[in-house]
Amino acid sequence: MSEGVSQADQPVLREGEKPDLFDKFEETIKIRESLLASGVEDPFSLVMEKVLSPTRAICNGRDTILLGTYNYMGMTFDPDVIQAGKDALDNFGSGTTGSRVLNGTYQGHKECEEALKEFYGMDHAMVFSTGYQANLGIISTIAGKGDYVVLDIDSHASIWDGCSLGNAEIVPFKHNDIEAMEKRLRRIPEGAGILVVLEGVYSMLGDIAPLKEMVTVAKKYGAMVLVDEAHSMGFIGNHGRGVCEQAGVIDDVDFVIGTFSKSVGTVGGFCVSNHPKFEIMRLVCRPYVFTASLPPSVVATAATSIRKLMHGSNKRAHLWENSKRLHGGLTAMGFKLGTDEPQSAIVAVIMPDLNKGAAMWEALLKEGLYVNLARPPATPANMTLLRCSLCAEHSAEEVETILGMFERAGKAVGII
Amino acid sequence: MDRAEVDSKIRSIIEPFNKKGVPIEDGTTFAGDLEFDSLTVMDFVAAIEDEFDIIISMNQQAEIEKYGQLVDAVAKQQGE
Repeated sequence: MSEGVSQADQPVLREGEKPDLFDKFEETIKIRESLLASGVEDPFSLVMEKVLSPTRAICNGRDTILLGTYNYMGMTFDPDVIQAGKDALDNFGSGTTGSRVLNGTYQGHKECEEALKEFYGMDHAMVFSTGYQANLGIISTIAGKGDYVVLDIDSHASIWDGCSLGNAEIVPFKHNDIEAMEKRLRRIPEGAGILVVLEGVYSMLGDIAPLKEMVTVAKKYGAMVLVDEAHSMGFIGNHGRGVCEQAGVIDDVDFVIGTFSKSVGTVGGFCVSNHPKFEIMRLVCRPYVFTASLPPSVVATAATSIRKLMHGSNKRAHLWENSKRLHGGLTAMGFKLGTDEPQSAIVAVIMPDLNKGAAMWEALLKEGLYVNLARPPATPANMTLLRCSLCAEHSAEEVETILGMFERAGKAVGII
Repeated sequence: MDRAEVDSKIRSIIEPFNKKGVPIEDGTTFAGDLEFDSLTVMDFVAAIEDEFDIIISMNQQAEIEKYGQLVDAVAKQQGE
């Protein structure tokens, strides 16, 4: 029952041989070799030679529509965002060469945190070097020995790694199952500190969490609640604050975790909170302290983008139209999707197996469409998925083109 | 509830998960003998937790490799 479940038995050593630490990867190496032996283009070493816009690039030599980038709001080529980055490069240099708590906090980092506080209407904001580090740092730091972390079994790797880095008792529950969550909360010994960790949008299937019910239950048991809104920022909720805003429970959420590498269109992570003692995190959170801060150009582009996202309601509406059209069109063609209704800007197409999935992925690439191929262990229930993430900059015509590509590729590979 | 009672309850819970009908002894391993994958582990642990109204955290699960260790761990929690 240990985490070693998926690890193969240790190979027998012949006399005189030294153990190779890479032997444990043998199974993964074999899966990869057999996939490539089938002649398919390697789905995990695609190179974009030129990026033409948030929705188009030259990939492996082909003009390609991008439908797997998480660039939901298409901010990567926004002229104001780019200008802010150029100005910061000119005025502050290429990097900070230091930790946020030493020489790595520039004016731009503070401005970025101010923009986040305004965007979320919260008292405190802390910017990390990546979204991964934001989860890693906050979860491992606030939940200590004797505390409990109660989390959804389909949580992102950064959440699991935050659990592994800390010393709390880790208690997972079945995906989006309110009753399973409540049972576990009820059994936690009285007096123990509890952190409930949820995501607004689960990125593999693109489904959302029943946050209204879950946050209410968590509060009933005296838990603090952390919600990762990485895949909702900018377009879910009236102010784009995420599923917790849409569900009307953002005031009961203690920590919102987010990223700059999706809607914001650059790289970095953050946590916003109203906790009165939140600022102490800057001194005690190791993944915040022991790494270099983001380059000035990155925080400048992030701050500019966040401020523009506050006024992005037209783009937001178009993104939803795109998601609904793609979801409806693929369903009508007979593809099996991760959700019955479009719940986010992610539309996950379920493949029968890895080989068919890789063949479909390649057929789409040859049509001129890039989607994400997701496979176990990143996926729930060992599924192979073609994950599509829409962008507000995809035109209505482009979505029709995409549907045509899916129809041809799906028929060629024999999935529909 | 004594160890024998815990043992017999867990035996009946394990049955639907023991697809190949592997004989269950204290030394039977979940990963090796029973070939439980991570999804099976999750469902199996949830079934035990619900039956005994306890929590078996991931931290505790990491220490449990064999059937007998699971019975001991559950019996211990029942005694507390």
